[in-house]
Amino acid sequence: MITTERQLVTIVAEAVLRRRLLDDIRSLGATGYSISTTDGSGTGGRQTSDWEGPHVRIETIVRDEVADAILAHLVEHYFTNYAVVAWASTVRVARPAKFG
Amino acid sequence: MLSSAIVDNLLSAPVLAFVIAALVTLLKGDIRLPDGLYAMLSMYLLLAIGLKGGKGLAAADLADVWQPLIASVALGLVTPLVAYAALRRPGGLGVVDAAAIAAHYGSVSAVTFTVVLAFLDSTGEVTEGFLAGLLAVLEVIGIIVALAIAQAHLARERGGTGDGDDDGDSGWAEALAEVVRGRSIMLLLGGLVIGLVAGAERLEPVDPLFVGLFPGALTLFLLEMGTVAAQRIRDVREAGWKLVALAVAIPLVNGFLGALAGSLSGLSVGGTTVLATLAASASYIAAPAAVRIALPTANPGLYITASLGVTFPFNIIVGIPIYYAMAKGLA
Repeated sequence: MITTERQLVTIVAEAVLRRRLLDDIRSLGATGYSISTTDGSGTGGRQTSDWEGPHVRIETIVRDEVADAILAHLVEHYFTNYAVVAWASTVRVARPAKFG
Repeated sequence: MLSSAIVDNLLSAPVLAFVIAALVTLLKGDIRLPDGLYAMLSMYLLLAIGLKGGKGLAAADLADVWQPLIASVALGLVTPLVAYAALRRPGGLGVVDAAAIAAHYGSVSAVTFTVVLAFLDSTGEVTEGFLAGLLAVLEVIGIIVALAIAQAHLARERGGTGDGDDDGDSGWAEALAEVVRGRSIMLLLGGLVIGLVAGAERLEPVDPLFVGLFPGALTLFLLEMGTVAAQRIRDVREAGWKLVALAVAIPLVNGFLGALAGSLSGLSVGGTTVLATLAASASYIAAPAAVRIALPTANPGLYITASLGVTFPFNIIVGIPIYYAMAKGLA
């Protein structure tokens, strides 16, 4: 088996948080990310700005401890007041060194 | 005379497009533009306003600009205070929600600005070219003042010791950066610089796009805005009649202050109408983003509904002719 387990952390958040969340995950140890726009509906209520566009979906593959740190950070700083959902799932990656 | 100005305004293509789109949306019809086109049109309008302002600045005399500039700074300081006071006392809102909404009323709406320019064009009024520069000034100052009010009140409530992770504290600097670096200010300033550096003659080749197509693009954009505003109108019932009344009253008071400032600073009737409209308008681009970061516990259902669901339609349909009448009355 040439693959190793890592955590894929996915964050879906209101677009206004984009820059802030990317800074946060980098400072918590993520070495890279993918970002896309997405749309949908949930219990978080309405979007605040049509200009900012739809929600952003940020995906980053990291070690277990970094995934935990990111999720704990989101719980502490974002979940109360912002429309943010996040989850981690186990994935198998080649070149594990690339992901911290 | 006022009623005929309102009818004339209502019968202009951009405002009719707004009204029709709002009606279609309320009847559950679908008239929305593709997402990419909406973003494209926003950018186009901001850049076009900036170019026009830059050209105007290049041609303007410094002596003509400094008084309206000071008047704009004064308006930027006063209009959010008026809004905050009204929202706190008769409005009965808490510090955070009142400051959040006040930031919207202190800042300005670039789309309302484009509608008033189109309105004045149709009436044949001449406007000073540098007014887009005043738009940029007002857009930023009003938000700063309103967030500062929230910051001061919240710090006092906490006994002056911010814990660094609460409303009005953590996101304060970041929110300002969001406004200043945001696309709307950057496009506006970019356009101003291009217009200022290139000057009217060198801009002639791009005029067919940025001047000739402007009213058409605005009409298309307002089709989208009608849809967006009508979707917010559904939230108006939740927001309550008091907020709706204030979302009409605050623009009228601030519009009058704008007309007074414009007239005293020597602007023409057209220029005074624009400044009054700017003072009366409520931001729905820069302010929501800044407020969301600086005051996350403020209720977006209140500030977006007030600015986009009530004040924006009020201003473009009825408000602009009223501010025009104010400007003529003060001339």
